[in-house]
Amino acid sequence: MTHGRRLAVVLAALGAGLLALGAAALFLGSARLTPGAVLAVLTGHAPADSTERVVVLSLRLPRIAAAAVAGGALAVAGVGFQALTRNPLAEPSVLGVSSGAAFGVVVAQLLGGGSGVGDSVRLALFGFGGAVVAGGAVYLIASAHGGLPIQTLLLAGVIVGIFFASATTVLTSLVDIDRLGGIVHWLLGNVSPVPPASLALFAALAGVGFWLIVGQARRLNVLALGEEAALQLGVSAERLKARIFVGAALLTATVVAFAGPIGFVGLVVPHVLRLVLGPDNRLLVPAALLAGGAFLLAADTLARNVVAPAELSVGVITSFCGAPVFVYLLRTRTRSPL
Amino acid sequence: MTPLAEVRGVHFSYPAPERRRPAPFALSDVTFDVASGEILGVIGPNSAGKTTLIRLLTKVVEPARGEIRLGGRPLARLTRWELAREVAVVPQELPHALPFSVEQLVLMGRYPHAPRRFFETAGDVEVARDAMAATGVLHLAGAPLDGLGGGERQRVVLARALAQEPRLLILDEPTAHLDLRYQVECVALLRHLNRERATTIVLVSHDLNLAAELCDRVLLLADGSVARLGSPADVLDEATLARVYGCAVAVDRAPSGRPRVQLVWPGAAPRPGKEVADPRSR
Repeated sequence: MTHGRRLAVVLAALGAGLLALGAAALFLGSARLTPGAVLAVLTGHAPADSTERVVVLSLRLPRIAAAAVAGGALAVAGVGFQALTRNPLAEPSVLGVSSGAAFGVVVAQLLGGGSGVGDSVRLALFGFGGAVVAGGAVYLIASAHGGLPIQTLLLAGVIVGIFFASATTVLTSLVDIDRLGGIVHWLLGNVSPVPPASLALFAALAGVGFWLIVGQARRLNVLALGEEAALQLGVSAERLKARIFVGAALLTATVVAFAGPIGFVGLVVPHVLRLVLGPDNRLLVPAALLAGGAFLLAADTLARNVVAPAELSVGVITSFCGAPVFVYLLRTRTRSPL
Repeated sequence: MTPLAEVRGVHFSYPAPERRRPAPFALSDVTFDVASGEILGVIGPNSAGKTTLIRLLTKVVEPARGEIRLGGRPLARLTRWELAREVAVVPQELPHALPFSVEQLVLMGRYPHAPRRFFETAGDVEVARDAMAATGVLHLAGAPLDGLGGGERQRVVLARALAQEPRLLILDEPTAHLDLRYQVECVALLRHLNRERATTIVLVSHDLNLAAELCDRVLLLADGSVARLGSPADVLDEATLARVYGCAVAVDRAPSGRPRVQLVWPGAAPRPGKEVADPRSR
């Protein structure tokens, strides 16, 4: 089977799975709608201002879309960071990049603003700034002695993550009590229904990050041989790394701005995909977009329903999945480049 | 005829804090040509500048002074992928635990020929399979790299370099981790490539006898400068080697007529009728 056809088959299968999950998630939720009522809304037979129409089209559908975009973005960011550091444990939350982005977003929130598209852009930009500062700090700390040894990288990620989490805590203690609940809820990692215009912005920013990384997929394979070998094969390693870093930081910041710091999606999804598809980034990056979307959508649907009518934070569910995978990878792959 | 590669008055030093040396190491005023179709050996003691020379020839680092030309064009004006179509390097070792298959690795050699393409074409696969056949690893195409032995790995990396279809092939210690049989195979393979495909070869090695046997000319580096350049018989003489390496050696002729270098172990009696050059006796 040629490479192109294999990619098409993989994407078709994952796309079908994502659509099926999304459709199923429309029927599940704390507002106990009958399947018939949901179908009536979808086929346009429900009255315009009925409860079921609001629940399905204004609550569930945008939330499903937001979860799919967020999951895809995080998984692609994970593949990007892993290729960049040549290590399967690298991931936005492990590297402290999510914490940096969260700090940036909280700063933007404290500076005021509403909930329009312009405000979303501002949140994402501040988040991006925080992600770049945190990621840059981790890189500088870990590469102090040349190279990026994995233990140093992980420790640097933990330290930078703790630093920014503490800084975020300082800021939240300045917030008045009415807004605190919202910020704490967001900091746990929660997908919430996003209005259509903001959702479009979310998808567009994630699309830019994805495009920055997927176009480099072949070069990322070569980078796995080491920087010197990559240069000798014609890959400009520095430019490649800068591009991947910007793309992965943008993806992380976007998700943090819209859904909070959701951890471990970028660890679990690429790991499972590598087991099935192998190490080729040209398959992994596009597959991660769809599989990550499906994973977070499933986790979010679980979060919505498992303790209904209350809700779990989806970040809790992804951490429960991610922590064991992290331990497994730490025990088995620490010395592996990927 | 223009030489394939020209190195003209090249000076180079690493930025001091990057290297754990007391003084910044430097190549100074290195000048030589690589003639089209030849096998040039580069030898010299540790830290004489052999690895730095490979890095300079492949633009991993750039000269502080002087110029390197490839086919008459300055290296500084070639893009990385243009350079990688002309010059391929077989490194000493692959990174540990690479997850790719043999064929995936060899196909990476096709990158410089179409750097904007996402997937390799059927033509690329054809070239890669030819390269694997040339080094005798075609039957391993689907095998994971991680399970291969040293000799097989070496031939796989050589196949990747050949997939670049280079005019100049640079080998860094090709026999360093190979047992005797693979060393012999490696030499036969390189000779074959040089003769049948007219591939120019630069062979960087600690193994003086390998260089003597395989190379048309030998470049001896010492402390970042060219100590001697010429035929193996011109370069590999007892006095020169004793001076550059700082230890006694004995040189005689191998059955092929090429020089053969042997160490003189301290305390061992010199062989009768053989004069031994020892720098300390002067």
